[in-house]
Amino acid sequence: MTKREPDPTSEPYTVPTAPFRPGDQPEFDSWPWTPADLDRPDPATCVSEDTREHAHGLVRVLSEDNLASGAWDPGLDADTLRRGLELMVLLRIFDDRMMKMQRTGKLSFYMRSFGEEAVAIAQTMALEEQDWIFPTYRQPGAQFVRGRDLVSMINHCIGNIEDNVKGRQMPVHYTYRDGRYISVSSPVGTQFPQAVGVAMASAYRGLDEVTITWIGDGASAEGDYHYALTFASVFNPPVILNVVNNQWAISTHRNFATGGSNFASRGLPYGVPSIRVDGNDFLALYSVTKWARERAGAGAGPTHIEVLTYRAAGHSSSDDPTRYRPADEYGAWPGGDPIERLKAHLCALGEWSDEQQEELESRIDEKVVAAYKEAVTHGDLASGPYPPASTIFTEVYEEMPWHLQEQREELGK
Amino acid sequence: MANMNIIGALNSALDIMLDQDENVVIFGEDIGYFGGVFRVTDGLQEKHGPHRVFDSPLAEGGIAAIAFGMGLNGLRPVVEIQFSDYIFPAYDQIVNEIAKLRHRSGGEFWTPVTIRTPAGGGIRGGHHHSQSPESQFTHTPGLKVVYCSTPFNAKGLLTSAIECNDPVIFFEPKRCYRGPFYGDPHDVPTWADHPDADVPEEHYTIPLGEARMVQEGEACTVIAWGAMVHVCEQGISDSGVACDLIDLQTLVPWDRDAVVDSVNKTGRCVIVHEAPKTSGFGAEMAASVQERCFYSLEAPIERVTGWDTPFPHSTEWDYMPGPSRIAEAIQRTQEA
Repeated sequence: MTKREPDPTSEPYTVPTAPFRPGDQPEFDSWPWTPADLDRPDPATCVSEDTREHAHGLVRVLSEDNLASGAWDPGLDADTLRRGLELMVLLRIFDDRMMKMQRTGKLSFYMRSFGEEAVAIAQTMALEEQDWIFPTYRQPGAQFVRGRDLVSMINHCIGNIEDNVKGRQMPVHYTYRDGRYISVSSPVGTQFPQAVGVAMASAYRGLDEVTITWIGDGASAEGDYHYALTFASVFNPPVILNVVNNQWAISTHRNFATGGSNFASRGLPYGVPSIRVDGNDFLALYSVTKWARERAGAGAGPTHIEVLTYRAAGHSSSDDPTRYRPADEYGAWPGGDPIERLKAHLCALGEWSDEQQEELESRIDEKVVAAYKEAVTHGDLASGPYPPASTIFTEVYEEMPWHLQEQREELGK
Repeated sequence: MANMNIIGALNSALDIMLDQDENVVIFGEDIGYFGGVFRVTDGLQEKHGPHRVFDSPLAEGGIAAIAFGMGLNGLRPVVEIQFSDYIFPAYDQIVNEIAKLRHRSGGEFWTPVTIRTPAGGGIRGGHHHSQSPESQFTHTPGLKVVYCSTPFNAKGLLTSAIECNDPVIFFEPKRCYRGPFYGDPHDVPTWADHPDADVPEEHYTIPLGEARMVQEGEACTVIAWGAMVHVCEQGISDSGVACDLIDLQTLVPWDRDAVVDSVNKTGRCVIVHEAPKTSGFGAEMAASVQERCFYSLEAPIERVTGWDTPFPHSTEWDYMPGPSRIAEAIQRTQEA
């Protein structure tokens, strides 16, 4: 066995580090990308090579002066922008209230979308109502776009007798079939190739349906990510594959998920058109998603999108991010805050004001509080009523087999 | 009726289901143009078209995931995992996803996936073409687990599996594809003269959850599935003991009445499977039999199984339960 001479200046292999740790002053390079940078290729004829600059650059629409410009400006009317703002504010206030409930023992667990509110809301607004949503736990906002009742969502988070998934899943693992929002699963990444299958079924059945799904930067290291890209590139179904690069997977920095330069460009060698988009720019997100939807609807196949954003909250209520990153890192994030940016845009257009914002926030807060109060009339975490214990045994199979019937009788409830 | 081997019977089931239900699609590694490494899907792509019967990338986890998505969006996917030894990249998708979707979504979503996979030893396949991993799926709530053994039950059970709205893992004993295997590798007959190779050419089903009584006897109950059913026939014959031989056919949910009635009658029970002993499905059967039949039992329950080792290549006949080990176990139950 031969051994190399020890070289104190080199390491045996590379172990990445996060750029900033607790106690560091986070200083990100300012972004060089502007709304004028990138063209908008024809979605129906675009091939992956046409998106090389889009994968390595960043699609933006809102600039420093809070105005929209560039080829990707979706030209949304003020009502649509106000609706987007309202739904994002709803998500933030809803999350804040639910987190308080968790901290006071009224929910077992919670996960916020703080800093990422634009992702699911802008992207779902850009889709058609028949399109399938295949979310992670960080896209509950899509349900607001699809009209889900807040009380129903809170019933689920509590796990009370009105929880539509009957107390079987942790909070935030929503299922909402009426909104074509497919059941959230805890194992990260599994939904990514599943969404390709959903899209293949839509195509097989000749339906004008597109499937959108998301995966985190961390989970993009899973085999499931690569299964999805492989099957999407081979079979070319109408699917929109988003990598939400929010910088952190619990405490694991994104630079442990790939040694490459970014996430979007990983789609190019698969032959899938790939675009990186400013995930805190509501208009850019909307526009890129609309473009991907047009591609899919035209039969041009999948699109791979990196949504560049920042997870402003902890991973979950069980996480304390001050243990592994600077407390004020979000404040230094060059992408800013998605709600503040859309609000500033509407104000710059003369379509919104601070007074309207305050009124909106207080109206939504009242609505969320009222929804919570109504939800606990169906049972709270401490004392129920919970779904009947017999629901442990139902829907394991379409019909209950004899061994589950026996075990249910043994439980005696 | 036509004489079919298991390959032909499975092909017939798939062909009929493709004809009957436009939502049935079939995919897997090498199953399209080529017709599968064991020929089970031979001719199906040519007849039903490349969008219904197609090759997939070599990614078992992807195959299972795609099937999951197709199944929840109205299709009835039937996928092949080329050898059950290669099912493990798909294990997360099967165990955490396919099996759990109906329950976790409160019944709002489900996915009626059928996963076919050749299993078991006897083809000199070494440890990665010979395993029989049924117990790694019987331990997963939400799955039905089927193990065929003859051309007749292969077609009827596969048809039921495809029509079932629950996900089904469908094991096929590759040693028996072209003929029943009685434990002698030097004398492997074809299915040509076997009564269970007379297979209706039309659609029929065998209900999931029902066992098959292969032969009847008063002195001992022998329970087996897959290729071991035929090896047990030989073992019973060699033992000279009159036995009930139960081919379980479906492992989840297994046929309680068939097993309990038989053991209460015979007072003896031998369970035979190829898979390793520890935590094998035979352990579940033994525990269930003693729970339900304790006061009828006249002798300890015997298990004859593969060893708790990796499956070997050139010494596979010392690994797989053979007629002599089975006969000895049956005879031990008579001595108590």
